[in-house]
Amino acid sequence: MSLGSVPLKYKVTIDREQCMHCMRCIDNCSYGVYHKEDDRIIIDSRKCTACHHCISMCPRDAISLKERPVDYRSHPLWTAEAREDIINQARTGKIILAGMGNAKPYPVIFDRLVLDACQVTNPSIDPLREPMELRTYLGKKPSRLEIDKKDNGDIELKTKLTPNLKLETPIMIGHMSYGAISLNAQLSLAKAVEKTGTFMGTGEGGLHEAIYPYQKNMIVQVASGRFGVDINYLERGAAIEIKIGQGAKPGIGGHLPGEKVCQDVSCTRMIPLGSDAISPAPHHDIYSIEDLAQLVRSLKEATEWKKPVFVKIAAVHNAAAISAGIARSSADAVVIDGFRGGSGATPKVFRDNVGIPIEAAVASVDQKLKDQGIRNKISVIASGGIRNSADIAKSIALGADAVYIGTGALIAMGCRVCGQCYRGMCPWGIATQRPDLVERLDPEVESEHVANLIRSWTLELSELMGAAGINSIESLRSNRSRLRGYMLDEGTLDVLQVKPVGA
Amino acid sequence: MCGIIGVIDRKRALMDGSSIRDALSLMNERGSGEGAGYAAYGIYPDYQDCYAIHVFFDNLVEPKSRVEEMLHKWGRIVHQEAIPTYEQDGLKKSHIPWRYFFKPYSDLMAGSTTPEDDVMKYIVMETNSNIQGALIFSSGKNMGVFKASGWPEDVANFYRIEDYKGYIWLAHNRYPTNTPGWWGGAHPFNLLDWAVVHNGEITSYGTNRRYVESNGYTCSMFTDTEVVAYLFDLLGRRHGLPEDIVVKALAPPFWDEIDNMPEKEQELNHAIRLTYGPALMNGPFAIVVATHEGIVGFTDRIKLRPLVIGENGNRLYISSEEAAIRVMDPEVQNIHMPRAGEPVIGRLNI
Repeated sequence: MSLGSVPLKYKVTIDREQCMHCMRCIDNCSYGVYHKEDDRIIIDSRKCTACHHCISMCPRDAISLKERPVDYRSHPLWTAEAREDIINQARTGKIILAGMGNAKPYPVIFDRLVLDACQVTNPSIDPLREPMELRTYLGKKPSRLEIDKKDNGDIELKTKLTPNLKLETPIMIGHMSYGAISLNAQLSLAKAVEKTGTFMGTGEGGLHEAIYPYQKNMIVQVASGRFGVDINYLERGAAIEIKIGQGAKPGIGGHLPGEKVCQDVSCTRMIPLGSDAISPAPHHDIYSIEDLAQLVRSLKEATEWKKPVFVKIAAVHNAAAISAGIARSSADAVVIDGFRGGSGATPKVFRDNVGIPIEAAVASVDQKLKDQGIRNKISVIASGGIRNSADIAKSIALGADAVYIGTGALIAMGCRVCGQCYRGMCPWGIATQRPDLVERLDPEVESEHVANLIRSWTLELSELMGAAGINSIESLRSNRSRLRGYMLDEGTLDVLQVKPVGA
Repeated sequence: MCGIIGVIDRKRALMDGSSIRDALSLMNERGSGEGAGYAAYGIYPDYQDCYAIHVFFDNLVEPKSRVEEMLHKWGRIVHQEAIPTYEQDGLKKSHIPWRYFFKPYSDLMAGSTTPEDDVMKYIVMETNSNIQGALIFSSGKNMGVFKASGWPEDVANFYRIEDYKGYIWLAHNRYPTNTPGWWGGAHPFNLLDWAVVHNGEITSYGTNRRYVESNGYTCSMFTDTEVVAYLFDLLGRRHGLPEDIVVKALAPPFWDEIDNMPEKEQELNHAIRLTYGPALMNGPFAIVVATHEGIVGFTDRIKLRPLVIGENGNRLYISSEEAAIRVMDPEVQNIHMPRAGEPVIGRLNI
């Protein structure tokens, strides 16, 4: 007997009174929800992913979409999702793939942290009238300065600083590769970071020629697959990032299906046309911190020690000890990617169950580095589930120097977080290589949207700092006294090194 | 809130504490009767080679024997006595102020360029964080801090401050806002020769505290001013930076100003901000810091607290209020206000 099909997830309806039969919904849906039969628009709700492209393009607001009501017997343990996953796996015998970030309802620590504000005795600072400094330098800093004060009062600086990355705002865009996202999407992000004086990551997909004009704002990535990596690539980046792990899938590698490896992706990644791009889980030349340190030094040597080298790890329970090891290598920054980090494609079981929240990971990394007296030796970048400027302020107060945003930037370009990135049919032209879909995304327009997002979050960050009586981002960093935990358990408060509300 | 005043005689001429007591009392509107204190340099010429350790004991039994056990382990007590105090109607005695004149064994701190200072620093941190009922609130040579919870004149009269003669004086009238008013929380704060008086609130306290703690200091006094003393000790003594550079680290120019500086100056200021970012102090503050060689006064980068300077011959005055300076010295001249973040330095010139 057949298992049959699981019920549809969403129910799409068209208000026939409103509909003017323009058929735009049919053109817009890359998943084939709509088709035409005798001048009538027929809906196949089963195919809907809730990407909202049809809704946003309908000129009459005639389309509505509802998450379908639960029609299983309700059960607290055997949820509809648990049952459907089993039915699908019983049918296929395969790993379930998923896109975007962790979709489980874990409590969000960010939402249980509240920021502080000044009243009377320490005045708030008004960012509209007073200078507010968000400029951030990422990279190694010396633990002390050696200076020589001459008898005539002249001061000679004897310490030589290593190259740092200069950001006008502590908000960067994380690594999303060409392949996982479209060239137009990458171009939009590249134009946006250039406009806002910050940086973005190339991901492991190499650097397409079209991005060369923005290379001074690019952080090039060296992942285990080494796709697109050569000296030309390394030299074009403003900084280099070694990817060890990713928040959405700690401990596993990556996979770009051959179908997405078109001519352009093939050239950029330096892999054969149509071949699967599989990055292994480990780097096969890194089996210890010493090996990692060697790769850091090799990359520095190759680029004449002119570029900062970052190391990205997924937030896992021993991230703090690993970060301390990374700090002692020649690396300039450690990127911690939390378990809500996004993903183009990952086994669902990893996305939803592996890793730890970024809030706890950053706090424990900062604490470990502080305890060992090496916090200044390395910058800390937080990523994975940053949704707004308050999350950024809280990340910095917990010990980050800067943050990477990913999904947030995609949403600014239209993404509705439907979670189908791995299918390559993104109707917004973001997570797809299909030319007809890619061309829907106008880099000029979308770069302005992304730049606006960065600008508005930067303004909000300034206001939050001003309210806390702080006019320099350095003074927010690791400043736990500006945070209080609300409804957080004692153990978590201890890890975060944050006092409860009222204390 | 809080009133501060400091004075140095650049030729090391001694001043007794009576006039600074009167000056501080003039600023009673800036206090709440919950803390006042004085620091004076040059007051112990007979023991000038010894560290003068001032301790608040809750009783003279257990905490005192534990402190002495530690002192005996790390050096030699040359002399000790109760700090003379005189009952005041308006001041409730909460602790017993005691002083030791102490010489550390420098060979016990191998690898340090300032072993005696490091021994002393260790003893202060260890006592204040681990010995219940004892608090070392002053630990410099030939100087001392005298403080308590009370109005300035009561605290001055409690210690009979006019009996001490020093060439540098600092004084503070406290209005506690976010930490309790208690004896240990009164200013000046001190570590080794560094004494600090502060008007304001340091909103970067969390960052600054973590920075000094990662460099071996323990913050145990529940207040933001404590870190200023430790920052000066770290940057000034251990990193060997001159006081004007320390001030540049603590209240640096804005990036816009740095960007417009001549190349060499830009390079220096850029390096200071990058290296000492966690030492940068934010929030409203006016601070005067003293060592045995001089005093330095400065405010936060946007000057949210007042600071006034006055001079008369060899004397340099720094205070929250001009009127307070005029109480000390009616003939004072050259009254002016420094710019935000600009250090005002008074050094001995003998």
